[in-house]
Amino acid sequence: MSIKQETRSKKEEKETRTDVQEFLTFTLGDEHYALDIMSVKEIRGYESVTRIANAPPFIKGVINLRGDIVPIVDLRIKFQVGETRYDEFTIVIVIQIHERMVGIVVDGVSDVISLSKEERRPPPEFGVGFDSRFLVGLAKIEERMVILVNIEALVNSEELALAEPEEESTHGAA
Amino acid sequence: MSIDLEQFHGVFFEESMEHIDTMEQLLMTLDLDEQDPEQINSIFRAAHSIKGGSGTFGFKALTGVTHVMENLLDQVRRNERVLTASMIDLFLGVLDTLRDLIASYRAGDDIDEVQVNTATSALNAVLAEEPTDAPSAESPGIQTDEDDDAFGFFDPLPVSSEDQAEPDEGANDAYGFFNELPTVTQGDVKTETAKQAKKAVAKPPGLAEASTIRVDTDKVDALINLVGELVITQSMLKVLGSDPRNVDELKMSTVLGELERNTREIQDSVMSIRMIPVSLVFNRFPRVVRDLSSKMGKEVDLVLEGTQTELDKGLIEKLVDPLTHLVRNSIDHGIERPEVREASGKPARGEIKIAAAQQGGNILISISDDGAGLNRANIIAKARENGLSVSDDAPESEIWDLIFQPGFSTVAEITDVSGRGVGMDVVRRNIQQLGGRVEIHSELSVGSTFTIRLPLTLAIVDGMGVAVGGQTFIIPLVSIIESMQPPGANIKQLAGSSLLHVREEYWPLLPLHQVMDITPRFENPEEGIVVLIETSKKRYGLIVDELVGQQQVVIKSLEQHYRRVPGTAGATIMGDGSVAMILDVESLADIAPALAGESA
Repeated sequence: MSIKQETRSKKEEKETRTDVQEFLTFTLGDEHYALDIMSVKEIRGYESVTRIANAPPFIKGVINLRGDIVPIVDLRIKFQVGETRYDEFTIVIVIQIHERMVGIVVDGVSDVISLSKEERRPPPEFGVGFDSRFLVGLAKIEERMVILVNIEALVNSEELALAEPEEESTHGAA
Repeated sequence: MSIDLEQFHGVFFEESMEHIDTMEQLLMTLDLDEQDPEQINSIFRAAHSIKGGSGTFGFKALTGVTHVMENLLDQVRRNERVLTASMIDLFLGVLDTLRDLIASYRAGDDIDEVQVNTATSALNAVLAEEPTDAPSAESPGIQTDEDDDAFGFFDPLPVSSEDQAEPDEGANDAYGFFNELPTVTQGDVKTETAKQAKKAVAKPPGLAEASTIRVDTDKVDALINLVGELVITQSMLKVLGSDPRNVDELKMSTVLGELERNTREIQDSVMSIRMIPVSLVFNRFPRVVRDLSSKMGKEVDLVLEGTQTELDKGLIEKLVDPLTHLVRNSIDHGIERPEVREASGKPARGEIKIAAAQQGGNILISISDDGAGLNRANIIAKARENGLSVSDDAPESEIWDLIFQPGFSTVAEITDVSGRGVGMDVVRRNIQQLGGRVEIHSELSVGSTFTIRLPLTLAIVDGMGVAVGGQTFIIPLVSIIESMQPPGANIKQLAGSSLLHVREEYWPLLPLHQVMDITPRFENPEEGIVVLIETSKKRYGLIVDELVGQQQVVIKSLEQHYRRVPGTAGATIMGDGSVAMILDVESLADIAPALAGESA
C-alpha cells in the first residue's frame, strides 16, 4: 500500500513538472480508452497463446515474448465490452510496469495524443465499463470521449489476479 | 585518497574475505603436534596480503591488526615460537574482528575502535611473551581453555613428532574428511590459485548480495573454444545455405549434427560455470561446531562427506542459513552432554555428519547426529499445548513434521543457540523456496538425520514432452518410470477412480486433461498413453494423448510476470517458439481429486 502511494506521488510530481502527458488510445468495442504511453513496451498482433489451466476466462494464457513468459489478458472479457473476436486485426499492447510485463488484448490501437493538465477531467462515478478505481480521468478529443485508464492500478489489482496474492510472511530470525 | 582507487575497494574486500576464509580453514585443520610449515606459510601470506592491500587503500585499522598478527605469525613461521591451541583461538577471534572491520569499511560505517584495540593488545600480549623454542603443548598463555579437548580435530596423533619441518602426509591421512583442502606443497602454486578461484564464491553471511562469481579459467577457456567452434559451424551453414536450390543434404545434416553437439556442449559448459562444490558451504561448519560445542560444554566430532558434489551457485548461497541452523540444532538438541552420553553407554564424544551426494537429478544433503533423537511424546505434548490436534498413534513422519510448525520448540530451557522455536519453520520454507524438501529420520537415543533434497539446478531439466488435446506439457524425466499403451483388460474401476494393473501392482490413473481442464483427443484411456510416475509421496499413472519426445528444456519463471500455477513447476519455450507448461508431478498428485487421500 505504502509503495503504491509512493509511486503515485512520484507520478504526480512528474506530471506537474511536464504538465503535458502522452497517451496511447485504443478501442474496446465502441468505447475509446487511453493509457500512459510510458508504460507501453510494444504493440503486436494477437498470436496463439498457451492456455493456463483453471485460470479465469479473461486470462487468455501466456506467450513467449523473446524468452519471457508473459500473460495475456483480454479486457473485453473482463469488462464485458465489445465482442471477443480474434482475427488479424486484434491487437495486443504489451505493458511494462516496474519489472512485470503483461499483454492486454484490445480491438484496435488508434493514436498517440498529448493532453495537458486542463484537458484531463476527473472521471465520472459511473457509466463506463471500468471501475472508477482504475481511471485517471476523461478527455474530449474531437467530440469523442476518451477514458484515461490507470493501467498500473489495473494490472496490480486483485481483480485481475495477475500477481501472487501477498503472503503474510512471518520471517523470524533463525 | 584519490577517487580512482575506490573502484578497487570491492575487489579488495572480496579478496580479503577470501583470505580470512582461507586462514580460518587452515587454522582449523592445523595439527598442533605436527605443524605443517607450508600451512603456516599460507596463513602468513594471507595475513600479509590483507595488510598490504589495506595499507594501499588506507584502511588503517585493518592494517594495524593484520600487522601485529603478521609479526606473530612470522615468529611461528621462523620456528621462533610454537603455535599453541590458545594462539589458534586468539587468531580465530582476530579473524572475526577482521571480518567485522571489512564489513564496516564496506558499509562505510565507523570503525569499532574498542574491538580493534582488544584484538591488537591481545596479539601484542602474546608477542611480548618470551618466545619458546621447546614444543610445549601450552604456552604460558593468556587464556587457558579446554576447547582443545572439546574439539575433535585435534586428537593427538599416535606419532608425536618434533620434526616440524617435514611436510607430513600422515597428518593429512588422519583428517580424511578435509581432503578437499590444499595439501599445498612447495612450488605447487597453481593448485593453490585454482583452489582459491573455486573458493572465491564462498561469501560470508551478510555479504551474499555481491553477485559476482569467480570462475576457474579452465572453464572459461573451454567455453571460448566452444564458441570458436560455433562460429566455424555458423560459417559452414552460411555457405551451405547460400544457394537454397542446391543444398547438399548429406553435408547439411552433418553440419546440423555438429551444431546440435556444439550447442549442447556450450550449454553444459555455461551451466558448469554456475556449479560450485558444496565444500564452500561445508567449510564453515568446523568453526561453527567448534565454537558451539565448547560453548555448550559438549564434545562433538564433525565428519564431512561428499564435499566435492557440485551444486548451482544460487542454491548454495541460499543453503547457508538453513544448513547452519540444522547443524546448530543438532549440537544443541541432538548431542547430549558427555556425562549423559556415557551414562547411556555411548562414547562421550558425539558425532555430527554432514554429507552431500547426487542422486539422479537431485542433490541430497544430510545432517546426522548420534544424539538423543526426537522425543515423540514431548513433541505430541507440545503440539497439543499449541492447540494442534494430534492423534497418539500418528505415523512418525507426521509427528516429525510438527517441529516445522512456527513457534515449536520442546526445549525446556531457551538458549541463545536455539529453542525459541523460530527457525525450523524458516528452514523448511527456505528449502521449499529452492524447490526442495526436508525429511526427518529419528530414533530415540540413537540419533536424528535431517535430509534435504534439492534439484540439481534450477535452470534446465530433462523432460518428456506429452500432448493432450493439442497442448504440450513437459514431465521431468527423473520422475517417469515408464510409459505404455494400457491394455483395456488391465484397467479396473474402483470407487469411481481407475486403477491400472501393471506387473502385480495397481497404479491409480490420473487423466491430465481433467486436471488441466482440456478436451482430450481420447476420452478412453486405452487409446491414449499412460505415463507411470513416481514421486516421493505417491505413484500414479498420468493419462495423456501421446508422447511428443524427450528433450532438455530451460525452465522459465511464470511468477516473473504472472503467478504460480497449481500443478506446474514453470514454463518453457519449445522449438517452435510456443510456450509449454512443465508439470510439477509432486503437486499434481495433491490437486487431483481422484488421488486425494490415496497413498502408495
